[in-house]
Amino acid sequence: MTTKEYESYYVPADSQWPIIGALALFCIAFGAGGFVSQIGAETEGSGWGYLLMTGIAIVIYMIVGWIANVISESMSGLYSEQMSASFRQGMSWFIFSEVMFFCAFFGALFYARVLSVPWLAGDGANVMTGAVLWPEFQAAWPLIKTPAGGETQAMGWFGLPLLNTVLLLTSSVTAHFAHLALLKNDRTKLKLFLGITIILGISFMFFQVEEYIEAYQHMNLRLDSGIYGSTFFMLTGFHGMHVTLGTVMLIVVFMRVLKGHFTPTDHFGFEAASWYWHFVDVVWVLLFLFVYIL
Amino acid sequence: MTTSTTDMAHDDHGYMATGIKRWLFTTNHKDIGTMYLWFAFIMFLTGGSMAMVIRAELFQPGLQIVNPDFFNQLTTVHGLIMVFGAIMPAFTGLANWMIPMMIGAPDMALPRLNNWSFWILPFAFTILLSSFFLGGAPNFGWTFYAPLSTTYSNGSTAFFVFAVHIMGISSIMGAINVIVTIMNLRAPGMTYMKMPLFVWTFFITAYLLIAVMPVLAGVVTMLLTDTYFGTSFFDASGGGDPVMFQHIFWFFGHPEVYIMILPAFGIVSTTIPTFSRKKLFGYSSMVYATSSIAFLSFIVWAHHMFTTGMPLIGELFFMYCTLLIAVPTGVKVFNWMATMWRGSISFEVPMMFSIAFVILFTIGGFSGLMLAMAPVDFQYHDTYFVVAHFHYVLVTGSLFSIYAAAYYWLPKWTGHMFNETLAKAHFWCSLISVNLLFFPMHFLGLAGMPRRIPDYALQFADFNMWVSIGGFAFGLSQLIFLAVVIKCIRGGEKAPAKPWDGAEGLEWTVPSPAPYHTFSTPPKID
Repeated sequence: MTTKEYESYYVPADSQWPIIGALALFCIAFGAGGFVSQIGAETEGSGWGYLLMTGIAIVIYMIVGWIANVISESMSGLYSEQMSASFRQGMSWFIFSEVMFFCAFFGALFYARVLSVPWLAGDGANVMTGAVLWPEFQAAWPLIKTPAGGETQAMGWFGLPLLNTVLLLTSSVTAHFAHLALLKNDRTKLKLFLGITIILGISFMFFQVEEYIEAYQHMNLRLDSGIYGSTFFMLTGFHGMHVTLGTVMLIVVFMRVLKGHFTPTDHFGFEAASWYWHFVDVVWVLLFLFVYIL
Repeated sequence: MTTSTTDMAHDDHGYMATGIKRWLFTTNHKDIGTMYLWFAFIMFLTGGSMAMVIRAELFQPGLQIVNPDFFNQLTTVHGLIMVFGAIMPAFTGLANWMIPMMIGAPDMALPRLNNWSFWILPFAFTILLSSFFLGGAPNFGWTFYAPLSTTYSNGSTAFFVFAVHIMGISSIMGAINVIVTIMNLRAPGMTYMKMPLFVWTFFITAYLLIAVMPVLAGVVTMLLTDTYFGTSFFDASGGGDPVMFQHIFWFFGHPEVYIMILPAFGIVSTTIPTFSRKKLFGYSSMVYATSSIAFLSFIVWAHHMFTTGMPLIGELFFMYCTLLIAVPTGVKVFNWMATMWRGSISFEVPMMFSIAFVILFTIGGFSGLMLAMAPVDFQYHDTYFVVAHFHYVLVTGSLFSIYAAAYYWLPKWTGHMFNETLAKAHFWCSLISVNLLFFPMHFLGLAGMPRRIPDYALQFADFNMWVSIGGFAFGLSQLIFLAVVIKCIRGGEKAPAKPWDGAEGLEWTVPSPAPYHTFSTPPKID
């Protein structure tokens, strides 16, 4: 930036959206805190759920309003090249923070597989751990029999997971084709490939739900089935939430494309959604490798 | 939305909402910085009053004022508030106020996001503090080790977890904002290696934040599902491990320690050259030392867990890596000394706090070296020695640097000079009482007094009484600071644009108080 000529940087005037967003997060966090606290307690239904729902409603209102605000500013040409760079960098560092979030759960997975499960069976200097606590326990991964004796089945990689891998990898490619079409200003191809990407994303979520139903109803693989179930559902679950968010972003971008937004040179909104989508795809590849195959 | 920036640029009293709306809806980095600083100070007094109750309880052996469970809630919430509610927001407030002015930017790069980052915090702490009235606040220590926070939770875990989640969102957005501002909004000619050191240290701090706050979010999520949804991350009967909690937590926790000290390094690297009337000795080595400390902070986390049980190779690795941190830190302390060497030093209040910082932080650093040695840590672990260590680095380190910064920039913020006599009284009262408060804790710890207990053996009685007296005195001394700030806002000698004759930097090129909008067109840096 220092070499370019300096442009006037747009500093937005007062905005009501941030404080609405803060209020929304307050309702969500407080409501969720109260709601979750009551799980298993006898005093259910004292309004925490309503607070949570109110928070979610406010946050949706905030996101819609804020984004509409930003889009109209962008369309009226208030944003300079330099602001665009701010948005891009902001989005890339946000994705980096998301990567670190998944690192915590992958870290837990590797710790369990490499250290805690073998140690519980007496590996390393932990002979007494195995002998004293659960002498019958055998280390294995997937851990289908926990030290306390809970049993479950392992989710294979063939079938739905493989299908989902193909769907998501294809969607990453079509998202890229859509980007190329946008750069060439080929609007028909842009709409086509973006549409395909969204359909692939929705199908992925559909099959993921199918897989969860299968796991719960037929395989006794649940969130509380020991460390295998915990890591399986937390990793795939958070990934699924990110796919959902990514799909919503793509749908917003698709509607903007239909309205004629974005040009070959200026399309930050499109890029942000597409970067996010590629990130979600990369996480899935790692998941498929470490949660399902290996 | 229709007011263009260029119109505001040449008008010091440009558009500004009035009343409560100004503070709720603002996108101005100075307003947001001010709110961060006031919020941090209110939280500091809140957490501090809890510390007063803790010290009153520990004034004499035996149970006096509060029951043990409430004592645990106080130590926990005191820690959480001071870390997440006082020190971190105070630094963020300073960054908000000063970074755009120091790099010649019109504002932060993402001003609305900036407002959101701030306003989340009061709400997050409302949730945390309201848990006192909803069946008990967190009582498992600020480190919330499993299974204390899972199996043996007093029912506050869910409120705690969600409060931490939204605090984390706030920190991450704030950090992204700082990074983008520094990368993208520097005035023409301000290359990276010309940035003031405070900007550099906060830049690196922001990277630490976006790298580890998400990990904190992850670990509290596991805590939540373990407590309420039956997962087994920290439960050996399901194949997990409570020690895994400590690993993930401290992977966040150790960089977090540097998040609370790196900006302090930046502050004293600003004030010491000013009052020594010399350029900072070894600018580039300061930048490299800060980066090395940030890097090392990711590979030392298990030194908090030497007594938890780890393979020998782990103990050795984490011990040596931790001791390595002394090298870049030593570089810094050397540079500060060398900056003062043969300078024409004058002892204004910011300088007094800075010199106290260098000496007392170094004491905290040395006790850190002692704790870093695995074999001796077996004796010190979880004693008052640890409490003494981290209070030396956080109170006489981070907090003193924040005071140095506040006194240094108060004339710029308010347009008035502060009352020097009162400020000096604040310094001397704080300096003497803080040492009475924390120094005897070293001896208590070495003699074996464990931390986080409401009662203790008789032989610790005398030292504890001194510590408590020091604590009350230190707490009261902070009210002097409040008086200084209020007096300074309401009036006093007019401050010139550059009240400190040795000061350098763009913030001193604008009038005092700084206009509502600065550098709408960027200055040129040679």
